[in-house]
Amino acid sequence: MLFELRDVSLTRGERRVLDSIDAEIEPGATAIVGPSGAGKSTLLRLLNRLSDPESGTIAYRGRPLDSYDPLALRREVSLVPQLPALLPGTVESNLAYAAKLAGKQLDTAECLRRAGLAAEFAERDVSRLSVGEQQRAMLARALAQQPGVLLLDEPTSALDSEARDAIEATLRRLRAELDLSLVVVTHDPEQARRLADRAVRLRDGRAVASGTPAEALA
Amino acid sequence: MSTSIHLSLGQVAASLALVALAAAISFWRRTDLERDIVVAAVRSFIQLTAIGYAIKLIFEADTIWLVLALLTVMVVFGAFTARSRAKKVPGAFWPLLIGLTIAAATTLGLVVALGIFDPTPRYLVPVGGMVIGNAMTASAVALNRLGDEVSESRAAIEATLALGATAREAAGPFVRRALRSGTITLVDSTKTTGLIFFPGTMVGMLLAGAEPTDAVRLQLILLYALLGSVAISALVATGLAYRNFFTPAAQLREPTP
Repeated sequence: MLFELRDVSLTRGERRVLDSIDAEIEPGATAIVGPSGAGKSTLLRLLNRLSDPESGTIAYRGRPLDSYDPLALRREVSLVPQLPALLPGTVESNLAYAAKLAGKQLDTAECLRRAGLAAEFAERDVSRLSVGEQQRAMLARALAQQPGVLLLDEPTSALDSEARDAIEATLRRLRAELDLSLVVVTHDPEQARRLADRAVRLRDGRAVASGTPAEALA
Repeated sequence: MSTSIHLSLGQVAASLALVALAAAISFWRRTDLERDIVVAAVRSFIQLTAIGYAIKLIFEADTIWLVLALLTVMVVFGAFTARSRAKKVPGAFWPLLIGLTIAAATTLGLVVALGIFDPTPRYLVPVGGMVIGNAMTASAVALNRLGDEVSESRAAIEATLALGATAREAAGPFVRRALRSGTITLVDSTKTTGLIFFPGTMVGMLLAGAEPTDAVRLQLILLYALLGSVAISALVATGLAYRNFFTPAAQLREPTP
């Protein structure tokens, strides 16, 4: 089991964002599906401890999440945020920074290729990238850390359908090429069906269904 | 520096004509500052009169302990005042207090150790007051900026944390910008000093009848001491305060409402 969530709850102000969530996330590709405001992104952030639940437990590979060093955990369970947030500089400097943090040798061209970017993007300043290119640069930066799990927060929400299809193809290829598990947050049930082996459906902070996409999204 | 001038309360009262002018302009142009101008004039009168008597007492007692007590009060009040301008920074009081204390101790310690001033109340009280006042302004500006930067850049900071960066690494660029904004005002005004404005000490000494060369030298010493104290206080305050935005597990805390 990759992640195991038991009775996980979180309140923000007056609002119960996550309400007694029980969920199991297996290795492979899992989609977390639900309308906006359902708590999907909040749940994703718990998985690499960008925040902690108020109550309940989360285990990663059988061990409590908080028994891992949070910094080491984040390099192993890498989150690609929804809004591209690259550091000022070139694409390569972003990749180099991430690789250095993870203590990994950097193969820029390989990371870019895997994320679907041509090698010449290495020298490109991040301020001159389109949103789709920024999204791919974020993906390449996560890959530079050679993580075991990629957490993707609405990876195609800002893109047109053509760019979306291209990113989805990239993600499927990544799974085939690398021994990498994906947890994908999406509001789109069709995307969950295209990308994931399993799905967890959230509504108003509660996990209302889980299983194969066909079961969870019926 | 033996010359001195004596001023009567009547002369001070006459200068209130200019306060009335400022209030009249505010009333006429409806900037709604009349009340604040009057409050400022009254407060400055009461505060300066009180501190004048306190300084007189301290000079007459001529003991270092009273000087230290006065400087301590200034540092604590400075930290309180600066905190009110850094509302977005959680727990800003302690970083400010520590920053001001280190800045005052280092600056005064150095000017005494280098033989610039004697360790007597006549030097330590006014120099300490200037040092603490400027350090307070600089660290308030720096922490105010830090609060704005962090609240505007939460996504970028979390994206860096998500790579496994430490809080220090994720906040680094914003801490640098905050430190810069805290020190740049004094750096800029130091650059233009004597060209665009005459600094207060020099004006005071010239009015009191000192030799212009003496006035200039003392002013330079104070400007250089202020540069040092401003940099130290802003460095310490920002270097301590950014930690309060993060949990021990390097999570960015939710903003306080």
